[in-house]
Amino acid sequence: MANSAPAGLPRWEADPILAVEHLFMRFGGLIAVNDLSFKVGRGDITALIGPNGAGKTTVFNCITGFYKPSEGRLVLAHGRAPTEDELARVTLIGERALMGAQSSVYLLERMPDYRVSGEAKVARTFQNIRLFTGMTVLENLMVAQHNALMSASGYSLKGLFGLPSWNAAQRAATDRAKYWLDKVGLTERADDPAGDLPYGAQRRLEIARAMCSEPILLCLDEPAAGLNPRESLELNTLLRFIRAEHGTSILLIEHDMSVVMEISDHVVVLDYGTKISDGTPEAVKNDPRVIAAYLGVDEDAVEQVEAEIDEAVAHSTGARS
Amino acid sequence: MAVQLAETAPASAASTSVIGEAFKDALITGLIALGLFGPLIGFETIVIDGVLGLAYRPQLLAVMVGIIFFGRLILNLTIWSPNRKPKARSGPTAFDRAGTVIGPTVKPLLLAFAIGFPFIASWSLGGLNESRYLIDLGILILTYVMLGWGLNIVVGLAGLLDLGYVAFYAVGAYTYALLATSAPINDFFAGLLGATFWANWAFWICLPVAGLFAGIWGMILGFPVLRLRGDYLAIVTLAFGEIIRLVLINWTDLTNGGAGIASIPRATFFGIPFNASENGFAALFGLDFNPMHRILFLYFVILALALITAFATVRLRKLPVGRAWEALREDEIACRSLGINTTNVKLSAFATGAMFGGFAGCFFAVRAGFVSPESFTFDISAMILAIVVLGGMGSQIGVAVAAAVMMGGMEMLRNLGFLRQVFGNDFDPSLYRMLIFGFAMVAIMVWKPRGLVSTRDPTIFLKERKAVSGDLVKEGHG
Repeated sequence: MANSAPAGLPRWEADPILAVEHLFMRFGGLIAVNDLSFKVGRGDITALIGPNGAGKTTVFNCITGFYKPSEGRLVLAHGRAPTEDELARVTLIGERALMGAQSSVYLLERMPDYRVSGEAKVARTFQNIRLFTGMTVLENLMVAQHNALMSASGYSLKGLFGLPSWNAAQRAATDRAKYWLDKVGLTERADDPAGDLPYGAQRRLEIARAMCSEPILLCLDEPAAGLNPRESLELNTLLRFIRAEHGTSILLIEHDMSVVMEISDHVVVLDYGTKISDGTPEAVKNDPRVIAAYLGVDEDAVEQVEAEIDEAVAHSTGARS
Repeated sequence: MAVQLAETAPASAASTSVIGEAFKDALITGLIALGLFGPLIGFETIVIDGVLGLAYRPQLLAVMVGIIFFGRLILNLTIWSPNRKPKARSGPTAFDRAGTVIGPTVKPLLLAFAIGFPFIASWSLGGLNESRYLIDLGILILTYVMLGWGLNIVVGLAGLLDLGYVAFYAVGAYTYALLATSAPINDFFAGLLGATFWANWAFWICLPVAGLFAGIWGMILGFPVLRLRGDYLAIVTLAFGEIIRLVLINWTDLTNGGAGIASIPRATFFGIPFNASENGFAALFGLDFNPMHRILFLYFVILALALITAFATVRLRKLPVGRAWEALREDEIACRSLGINTTNVKLSAFATGAMFGGFAGCFFAVRAGFVSPESFTFDISAMILAIVVLGGMGSQIGVAVAAAVMMGGMEMLRNLGFLRQVFGNDFDPSLYRMLIFGFAMVAIMVWKPRGLVSTRDPTIFLKERKAVSGDLVKEGHG
């Protein structure tokens, strides 16, 4: 895919799996997300960062269907990015998706949350872990495969009478659960209640549960929050593994810069609901706006920095011409 | 040895202050009791020469306050003593662990007892007719076991608080009552399959229909309340139960209003009526006619219906739909993030629970032979919900035991005649029935706040089936 991309274009521009276009989210008079546009590259690990209250989780809730955006378009592409024509068509006919043999386009803003996860295959985790605490670790992973198992059980009819096809489907689902248990190192605790696990293990289990629903885009809301440095390192390895082995694109919100800078290919920085920077980790790290937003300089300093930037830009363009 | 000494030493040193504290606490409680009981028990209004006057009862007051004082003192020195080691609150308690160990052996025993109960009863009381009371009580208990198991799907598994479960019981009962007594249907089958066909087969044909109708009503209720949670859901379901009852009272053309529907066809042995005629059950099987045959048969019908409910619930729990119900109880938002359509999950829980309520209602109508709206008051809903909560939400065996204790216990408390010998002939023990019952419920809720069986049995396991402690299992939020 990268080969077909025009030279020089970053992957998120050449082959986006998700395009957020002019997203607005208003709560009464409060504008939580203000004209936000960015793209998530297929197979990339993309980080969405920003100071507290910048609107990151709101963006997540819009993408995963938990909020209906006030305005904007959220284009998720299976297979390949849609052409302008396809996109215009699906937008105009008012359907929520355009399905093709090789590729499909989903307009996430038109879909309720369970369809975003079930049909468009966008899985997510939560900032405050949401496991089924009273169910065992294995049961958590089985619930994640609900839709596949539901049709395999003939909407409970085949399952009620224990037909062989249902038993085979149940075994396959258990095998997938075992695979992910092994990957997150929880095989030993498979039969323990999820609520009994230590915090770090609960975070890993939530990722495993999301992966059991076989997503093409995995959205992680602060996966490293509350983890110790060793666990953060393991998380990096796990996310890299998910991307490499399963080709799942990852979009994550994170405050832990050791995670963000280490693993992400693309960083988008939000502040007060607007995008202030977008690019590779190196580019973002040195962006004075980002530094200003994070270190919290006073307004004079921001103006001063902006003036310096403008001057520098003018200078460089002037020098070039 | 040395360690033990070291542990006990500080306790004995502090024991004097413990006794002092206990005494002080008991004294305060005694004073509060004196203040409360003083006006309530200390004075009695009596009529002297046609004039209302006051009498004083210091002895009785002293006895009551004494009971409170010494009771509190003994409690302070024994089970409330600060020297007692606090119980670890994590993990399943010894009782729960014992439950998981004994449970598998108790279930077949209870089942065998339920099957053998009519025979044990008639043998011990010396005849079928003498045991009628006990077998009727058994039928009543099994009906509530079934209703408890049905409501358990909605409240215990899916975590949706339903205060109007009696509505589905009523739908099932009226479905049978109306269809079985319907003249056009009777005429239709009389022309087709013989004059007595409908009277003999109505129950067996209407049983699935009653379940189906109740299930549809479950969905009809489910749709408007999908967005509601917790208290709001409870209020709306409560209102739904009342609406059904009021419709039954006021739609006199169809339901005959408050007078109810009488002479509903009785249950038959798969088409063979229980009567003294030549084609009756007794004659065909070469037995002497006995009206108890029908009662015995009804007992086994409700036992079979209850077992079908239990079996279906156990199977459904291991299927994706059952896991989705439990996941919905644990966390609805997480469910939706995993692609589960929570609307369908809620509706399926409502419909399945309602269906079993409908079966039970159909059975109620055929047993009583008479239905009226007065049989479907809120009390029934409250009783079924109490059974589910006392038994432990989601637990099959707990609900069965709770139903037996609640219904059987209430009946047994009628038979407190021996107390007359203690308190004299003026004492009417049945007046204290509800009081004793209330105390028992409070005691269970203090002792086992999550119900008799609070642990949850996992639906699937890799190596070892470990019961999930009730502390981790959520109650659901509607």
